[in-house]
Amino acid sequence: MSSRIEILNDGGFRSDGRKQYELRDITIDLSQQGTADGSAMITHGLTQVLVTVFGPREAKMRSQTLHDRAVLNVEMSVAPFSTGDRRKRSRADRRILELSAMIASTFEPVVQTTLYPRSQIDIYIHVIQQDGSLLPACINATTLALITAGVPLHDFVCAVTGGVHSTSPLLDLTTLEENDVPHMTVAVMPRTRKVTLVTMETRLHVERFRELFELACEAGQTIHKEMKAAVKERTVALVGAIDAGSKPGVVDERDRDVFMGESI
Amino acid sequence: MVEITVRKRPRTEAVVTQRKFFKKTARGKVIKVLRERYLRDDVSCGIHSCQVCASEQESVLPSSGSLEHPSFPNGHFLLPDTNIFLSQMDLMESPLFDPPIVLLQTVLEEVRHRSLPLYNRLKALVKADDKKVWVFYNEYRSETAVIREEGESPNDRNDRGIRRATAWYKSHLELSRPQIRGQTKPPQPAVVLLTDDVANRQKAEKEGLPCVSVRKYVEGCKNSSQLLDLLSASGSDTIEPTAATAARQALYPEYLPMATLLAGVKSGRLHQGHFNANQYNYLEGSVPVPAFDKPVLLVGRENMNRAVQGDVVAIEVFDEKEWKAPADEVVDQEATLRNDDAEDSEDEGDDDETLAERKVLEAEAAKQAASSKQPTGRVVGIIKRNWRSYVCHIDSTSLTSTNPTSLSQQTVFATPVSRLLPRIRLRTRQAPALIGQKILVTIDRWERTSRYPEGHFVRALGKVQSKEAEQESLLLEFDVPYRPFGKAILDCLPPEGDSWVVPPKSSTHPDWRDREDLRGLIICSIDPPGCQDIDDALHARRLPNGNIEAGVHIADVSHFVHPDTPMDHEAAARGTTVYLVDKRIDMLPALLGTNLCSLRPHVERLAFSVIWELSPEAEIVNVRFTKSVIASKSAFTYEEAQIRKDDPKLSDELTESIRLLNDLARKLKAGRMAAGALNLASPEVKIHLDSSESSDPVDVEQKELRETNSLVEEFMLLANISVAGKIQETFPQTAVLRRHLPPPRTNFEKLQDILKKRKGMTLDVSSSGALAASLDQCVDPNEPAFNTLVRIMATRCMLSAEYFCSGSVARDTFGHYGLASPIYTHFTSPIRRFADVLAHRQLAASIGYTPLHPSLHSKSHVERVLEVVNKRHRMAQMASRASVEFYVGLALKARSEKGTVLEDAYVIRTFRNGLGVFVSRLGIEGLVTFKREIQFDADNYTITVPADGHDVTISVFDKVQVKVEVEQDKNTQRGRVVMSLSQPIDSRRL
Repeated sequence: MSSRIEILNDGGFRSDGRKQYELRDITIDLSQQGTADGSAMITHGLTQVLVTVFGPREAKMRSQTLHDRAVLNVEMSVAPFSTGDRRKRSRADRRILELSAMIASTFEPVVQTTLYPRSQIDIYIHVIQQDGSLLPACINATTLALITAGVPLHDFVCAVTGGVHSTSPLLDLTTLEENDVPHMTVAVMPRTRKVTLVTMETRLHVERFRELFELACEAGQTIHKEMKAAVKERTVALVGAIDAGSKPGVVDERDRDVFMGESI
Repeated sequence: MVEITVRKRPRTEAVVTQRKFFKKTARGKVIKVLRERYLRDDVSCGIHSCQVCASEQESVLPSSGSLEHPSFPNGHFLLPDTNIFLSQMDLMESPLFDPPIVLLQTVLEEVRHRSLPLYNRLKALVKADDKKVWVFYNEYRSETAVIREEGESPNDRNDRGIRRATAWYKSHLELSRPQIRGQTKPPQPAVVLLTDDVANRQKAEKEGLPCVSVRKYVEGCKNSSQLLDLLSASGSDTIEPTAATAARQALYPEYLPMATLLAGVKSGRLHQGHFNANQYNYLEGSVPVPAFDKPVLLVGRENMNRAVQGDVVAIEVFDEKEWKAPADEVVDQEATLRNDDAEDSEDEGDDDETLAERKVLEAEAAKQAASSKQPTGRVVGIIKRNWRSYVCHIDSTSLTSTNPTSLSQQTVFATPVSRLLPRIRLRTRQAPALIGQKILVTIDRWERTSRYPEGHFVRALGKVQSKEAEQESLLLEFDVPYRPFGKAILDCLPPEGDSWVVPPKSSTHPDWRDREDLRGLIICSIDPPGCQDIDDALHARRLPNGNIEAGVHIADVSHFVHPDTPMDHEAAARGTTVYLVDKRIDMLPALLGTNLCSLRPHVERLAFSVIWELSPEAEIVNVRFTKSVIASKSAFTYEEAQIRKDDPKLSDELTESIRLLNDLARKLKAGRMAAGALNLASPEVKIHLDSSESSDPVDVEQKELRETNSLVEEFMLLANISVAGKIQETFPQTAVLRRHLPPPRTNFEKLQDILKKRKGMTLDVSSSGALAASLDQCVDPNEPAFNTLVRIMATRCMLSAEYFCSGSVARDTFGHYGLASPIYTHFTSPIRRFADVLAHRQLAASIGYTPLHPSLHSKSHVERVLEVVNKRHRMAQMASRASVEFYVGLALKARSEKGTVLEDAYVIRTFRNGLGVFVSRLGIEGLVTFKREIQFDADNYTITVPADGHDVTISVFDKVQVKVEVEQDKNTQRGRVVMSLSQPIDSRRL
């Protein structure tokens, strides 16, 4: 059946009506989740991920404690109903361990861990629904959750997948597309334009790499705008809540202090 | 940089933008699938200068539609329903039918879902230059997207979507030409829904949408009489009163439902295979199935149950006691069923003809020998029809009125040119005009109640026996793509055109990158006379160390044909150049084939060279591959090269080089023969044409083979083998190779038996070497041609060679049986074979010249391309053979006008009522039939003809003399070769 679905048809539309360089809808929910210090839920197309952050707090495991910085502990769980065929994945599933390791190493250079020696930051990722671009959704949600938790970061991390259908690059792939075309995931820090993660599990022709890589970096900037808008909206709401209790009129000044001002 | 945006899809619209359904996987697991869809407002309507949708894409539809149809004076656009494309594709493809068409995505997808071949034709239609078709992606436009409602079938949903889109177009047109106050309303073209679905039409009318049926629409067109014939029968159910259909008796058993068939095949109760009709006996067919060694025989109409050559059928095999032997009689459809009436469809039940047929079958059954029985069965269902367009003649006897101006509709018989197909019944108004023409006919359906399939006329090809019509019909019959190259393809050629030259040598020019300058070498080419596409050239010289350097230089086609360009796609689809007697259908545009890539003498050309260092004993010391620039010193024909080589007075460098090459080739050939290569024979003849303009054949002669033929052949084989090894080593998964599987032993059984009984000879088929040796032993001192005859018959027992992708078959099946080489590919003719182009690209990548295009890394892609190339290759061979046959016929006709043609022939088959003979001088096979009773000994392959006083016995391999005549069939005007015996006995009276 899937062979009867065209990845990119002659009119330039993909199977879900998007064009080559269009990303899927991104909805971000930064509301408080229980006792977590920070949380973010990203719905990216039909992929939905909830990330909660606890910490920085005292390191529980002695053996893994580092004297000069904090440890990032990423744990991921995938809901059995997240894919079409119901399948339970254990926490020790290799694929899940691999993804968590990738996410941890993506954030190690971004989080200012040296500020919190001998402590740990726990990142819990819950995959509620998946339809391609799972890793980018996890990374983006983690960035937002860390921000809401107030963990100091050097920059945002914005990730996106890109693939090549014969010679035409596509951005933000669905499961259907991921199964069909060679693809890679790129995570960038939008301000410094540094790349913290590139991963590829399929074979991509070397001549196509450069074009796709640059395109994915560019798409990271677009995602950044979405994420920044969400953070700003929440901050405004929070500040508004503070102001409701205190004098009005100082809002503007405080807003400028918020670290995600327009200059970033 | 391109603009990257995020498409928004509000959660609240999820009802329209999200779709949930269950899917069953191949393993039977049911999974739930959730899909989303992004609705947009920038899907263009495709109408030229539309003010509302500003589109960067080129709009193809004229702004006021087509003004030619009388029913729509304000202009109109046609919006066809799916059923139009499913059943009336011939009409849509006709160049006479050219209204602007809006093709909906819904329709496109439904066609794709229902039939891939039709979908591909539809896609070609969309791209065709002379058609105005706009694909409107209605499912992605927010106003026209529909979702399936509760209790609605997918079909109804699609119909509703189509109507919604029609309505949208209507309002869109209103919007784009607004009424200016004070002026009359501007004329607004209509968007007409074209559908044959009555229910859909009724609903559309209720919604106030203009709609029309195909027949009604076409009747209003200006070319209606021609277009009406293109209508397929299934759409014209109003022609025939349904009452008659109901009253008619069913002639054939009903097919089982598809689910039963598939289950039956799976459980082994039924068998699946391709239906092959018997060309000697129209009442018999066979289906090769894996479960039996011999193909399953189908005897009689009822058992063949409406299967047509090439269909994939499901068959049921009878009990062993009902098994039969294949008929050894020739039964001609035209002779037996001459009086069948095409109009007469009511009482086909039990008329004289069926009785005659039955008699034939019964007579057969009585005479059968018990020994040769094979599985027998009947068709219970069709898994897949493989109907295409067939070249036919109108049977003049089936006409009711031959008045040439009559335009009344008649039902006539069309007799396909191929003997494997049944007659087709078709309705036409132009019957009298079509007599004596070759026409193209498509089968539409074959009802249980109708003895013959029903079809419709597609187009006329031209007068029978005219060369153009014969040529085109031949190309159509063998599915050869012969349209001229389109603009997109010609745009891929170098812009300099035929003034392109190799740029002057420089280290910076990209054309010279990594190329060796071999312009100084004494290189020459040897080809058949008149060859324009020279793709190979050779050289040889002695090295100071006593060894010999030999080089094969192949035209560097991959320098011009880049992967994934329109030219590449076209060449891949054509697969090979097709050579007919007086025409060549090129794989690549002529500029490349006969000029830029052709290694013509005294011109600098780009080449891909294979250069060996060979020891004087022709053993390979070293081989290297390089891109190069060469300048051929001379282009010889085989004959010229031979004369030059044999002339003792000449001793220039060029001659020496040919002698050196010849010397090596002899040693190479000896080595190959020792390794067990086969020396096969096929009846090849050459047609002498009167002059190049008139192309009237003057005479036929057998092809002559010279030493220089074998010279070229040996070096090409060597190059191919060397290249095959190299690319297989570099790309073990996707190398393009060629193999020849060893034939199964059972293929030789009959030939072995005949040889043993008639000549007392044995054939050892245990290996190619053994076969080669035993073929050498098959010599009859009295009959010098006997050995060739046996070789020809042995060749027919073998399988044909094929291209394959190295990663898709087991390593131990790579071998080439005929050449006795463990690995082989085609590298040496990239101008005329596409596989060679692929091999060139892979070789270029393996020497690090260019990176390999991603498509050649994909096993599935290579497999897909090679499948097409294999098919084209087979078809091309058959087409050239048929072309030669046609010219042999013409030559015979010319000769028989001067006097009777008597030729020596060999008997190759015996039938109950005739002989199959092979005329080696003409390279044709013929049939001699006897009307009078003769004695037939099936076990000893002999027949005994009673003659006045003494009986004459003729057996297989006997040499006889036949009289060859060309007779024109009175009904179909089809010329056919008729043979009769003149020695040892005159068969005309028998």
